[in-house]
Amino acid sequence: MRLLDSLGSLWEKLFHRSPKNAEMEEELRSHIEHRADDLERSGLGRTEAERRARIEFGGYERYRQESHEAAGGQFFETMGQDVRFSLRMLRKSPGFTIVAILTLALAIGANAVVFAVMNALVLRPLRVPHPQSLYAIQRGSDHAINHSYPDYLDLRDRNRSFDGVAAYGLAAVGLNTGNNPTPAWVYEVTGNYFDALDVHPYLGRFFHASDEHGPNSAPYIVLPYAYWQSRFESDRGVVGRVVQLNKHPFTILGVAPPEFRGTLAFLYPDFWVPIVDQEQLEGAYVLDARGNRNILMVLGHLKAGVTPAQAVADLNSVGSYLEKTYPKDDGHMTFSLTRPGLAGDWFGRPLEAFLAALMLLAGLILLAACANLGSLFAARAADRSREVALRLALGASRRRILRGLFTEAILISLAGGAVGVAGSIVLLRWLSAWRPLSSSPLSIPVNPDAKVYLVALLLALASGFLFGAVPVRQVLRTDPYQLVKLGSSIRMGQRMTLRDLLLVVQIAICAVLVTSSMVAVRGLMRSLDSNFGFDPQNAMLLSTALTMGGYSGESVPAMQKRMIDALATIPGVQSVGSVDRPPLHYGANTSTVFREKTTELKPSNAAAEPPTYRISPEYFAAAGTTMLAGRSFTWHDDKNAPRVAVVNRQFASKIFGSASNAIGRYFKTDDGARVQVVGIVEDGKYASLTEDVHPAMFLPLLQSPTSVTTLVVRSRRDPQQLTAAIKSKVQELDRGLPFDTTMWNQELDGALFASRMATWALGVMGVMGAMLAITGIFGMAAYSVSKRLRELGIRIALGAQRKQVLEAALGRAFQLLAFGSAAGLFLGLLATKVLAYIVYQASPRDPWVLSGVVLAMLLLGLLATWIPAQRALSVNPLTLLREE
Amino acid sequence: MGDQAQLLPGTLDLLILRAVSLGPLHGYGVLLRIGQISGNALLIEQGALYPGLFRLVRQGLLKASWGTSENNRRAKFYELTAAGRRRLREETDNWNRLATAIGSALAAQPEEI
Repeated sequence: MRLLDSLGSLWEKLFHRSPKNAEMEEELRSHIEHRADDLERSGLGRTEAERRARIEFGGYERYRQESHEAAGGQFFETMGQDVRFSLRMLRKSPGFTIVAILTLALAIGANAVVFAVMNALVLRPLRVPHPQSLYAIQRGSDHAINHSYPDYLDLRDRNRSFDGVAAYGLAAVGLNTGNNPTPAWVYEVTGNYFDALDVHPYLGRFFHASDEHGPNSAPYIVLPYAYWQSRFESDRGVVGRVVQLNKHPFTILGVAPPEFRGTLAFLYPDFWVPIVDQEQLEGAYVLDARGNRNILMVLGHLKAGVTPAQAVADLNSVGSYLEKTYPKDDGHMTFSLTRPGLAGDWFGRPLEAFLAALMLLAGLILLAACANLGSLFAARAADRSREVALRLALGASRRRILRGLFTEAILISLAGGAVGVAGSIVLLRWLSAWRPLSSSPLSIPVNPDAKVYLVALLLALASGFLFGAVPVRQVLRTDPYQLVKLGSSIRMGQRMTLRDLLLVVQIAICAVLVTSSMVAVRGLMRSLDSNFGFDPQNAMLLSTALTMGGYSGESVPAMQKRMIDALATIPGVQSVGSVDRPPLHYGANTSTVFREKTTELKPSNAAAEPPTYRISPEYFAAAGTTMLAGRSFTWHDDKNAPRVAVVNRQFASKIFGSASNAIGRYFKTDDGARVQVVGIVEDGKYASLTEDVHPAMFLPLLQSPTSVTTLVVRSRRDPQQLTAAIKSKVQELDRGLPFDTTMWNQELDGALFASRMATWALGVMGVMGAMLAITGIFGMAAYSVSKRLRELGIRIALGAQRKQVLEAALGRAFQLLAFGSAAGLFLGLLATKVLAYIVYQASPRDPWVLSGVVLAMLLLGLLATWIPAQRALSVNPLTLLREE
Repeated sequence: MGDQAQLLPGTLDLLILRAVSLGPLHGYGVLLRIGQISGNALLIEQGALYPGLFRLVRQGLLKASWGTSENNRRAKFYELTAAGRRRLREETDNWNRLATAIGSALAAQPEEI
């Protein structure tokens, strides 16, 4: 009720028509009239009666005021006064106000951005009905998210915990809606996908489990809302239309609702197609092979009342059935559950850890900003101690004065929060629209929502109270009589004050930020000039899947050979080679290999699980991979010749003991075939830049054919001319084949993406930390110089040298700086141990990092104290002494 | 008027509650009623009544509504709420205890100690 009253009276205040006031006055007047009536009755004239009545009533205005206060509605009125007063005070010192608002805007903005990313990728569930019961199934102790299709079928049919279990994989296909073949990314999904997720069509219909009748039996497409808008211009007549996928006719069945964008948080499909069409989509039907774990994810809703632990137990019993029934393919089958949005724990966990670390750093920035503003406010309160003392002496309550100070702090924090959020919205919009990698549909959908704004507002308010609270003790201790008597020049002792402590904390935090960003930058620099095992400079990649052009069987390697030969004739091209997917590219194949003597070929007996590349003979030359021993393949290493392989040095030493031993020796693949090692190449990076040295294996294209084709074209020609030449050559061979070309070093962006983003994020945090350190030290130094100008003047008059003056003026600031930096450096080095998981070669013990941080903090200190030092040195004792 | 007693702080609210408890009254009526029931022995400046009335309304002890007075003028009438009635009882008990205690303290004779 009281709140309502208050709100009501605020409303009335705002609109200047105050019925409550009018009512009150009417009541008071009515009292006077009644009294006048009585007096009139006792014989007085009306005018005289009214005059007497007014006198008897007493101080009309005073009682009206008191009544008003007694009736409540005080809160907002006082607040209005405080706000007006604070605005006036802030306007008087625009420099302080702007610095304070900008500092806070940066800090709040950083927090809002990091929180929005975390919110979008980690906190916000997938947009399906009942997301809390939706889980993806992971396999084994390393939480692999991929499964084989036969395993999926067993999981789907034998579990008793899920309402329905669906599965899907990713594929690139060529879409032709007329005369325009373009690559598109699709989810290949099981027929029950939409039913298991409980998603319903926006338009048309979805396909169902009943539509699947064996390979290539369900030529249907379901479009996401966004792709329907962009590619089909929201045409409602699209349902029932037939389009070409890899030159096969597919019928568009329907459109998904706008909020449903697939089951990954960072990879939206261009459309959904049934997985049973795998042969038409990818060129080969491998769903029957239990050992081929090419299903990206298996997921479903838990039945009502089933806990995740019960479901895991249920799945594990299915797992032990699989182990017993299929010992050759299914080694150790244990299962766990995870949220599907981040593609399982192997990817999601590090991402979550990194985002949490980033959130922590952003929190530290806000804390540093608060410390910064806190000391600014304390300095300001000290400068205003005379005003405060005067107000206290005149009878203001301390509560009222504190309330004024807090109002000022909250105003600044709200303004800073608003500016920060505005900035972060711009940044987030840009991030959401950004497609970081040209070669994949990866996106970072981080548009801010109400939760982000709420968090920003709360952070702003909390920090307002935090730094607003710093000068409280100062005000509470103010003794009006002392201050009025002595004037402003009260000396604080030389002991550590709260302000000094705040500065040390702030500098320490900033040093942590600077240290971690330096470690990250240094790690990225190193990862950029480490040896990849190939040379991405001056090489162009042409990637396609020949199935998109309708090739299959024998025509695939023939076409690959024709393309290689055709591109090799382009003037300026040194060599052309083919590989299925280049190293460091998403989705490399791995195979299981065994020592020659192993007879029982089950996963637990495997000698290695090397990434495997199917290459043409010229690949090593084109890729710039050095042969260490033996030979590369020839076009005679075909189906009729003995099986051969080229392995890397690590493979050779792991399986055969040493590189020199390996040439001519044999190993076995999981189908039992004996393969002879004919060549050894240098080690390289295969799955990620941060991996340890890993065995790898290269097989000749003709002995293990694949339609997935990447041609490596090595040439020093200008990329644009080269691209044009490549395009015309390929179109001479086949007009209907969709393909992409990129420079290899651009393609590598994908592999470097994570550490590059991490480095950017940490770099920005480091710069913000440095800026905060500068403003903090500057504020402290400038303040202490201005407070001690008189003392410095006297020192100079008495003959102090420049050095001594500087020591007196800034020694303290530098002491605190050194102290804070040392603490921060130590903490930062501890923190970078965490960083080492994400940022490649982020070693905290790097001497460059150590000296870099020390140098950076020193430079920051010099920069920040430069102006105050100049001011201290230019003190003219005569003017100063005259002035006071 | 010289023989009127000054009000003790806080007692005006009690008097208002008591006055209104005898039937709904407008502001001037409250004043007259207090004069009547106290035998005109208390000095109250007329305007001082109103902050008290508004305070009691805010505390939910009184409720007010506009009506027409016996003089045929518009006036705001106050009556007790249930909470007001309860408060009046408590305050009356408190006052009686206080008055008894102070009275017996002041009446104490040396030989009784």
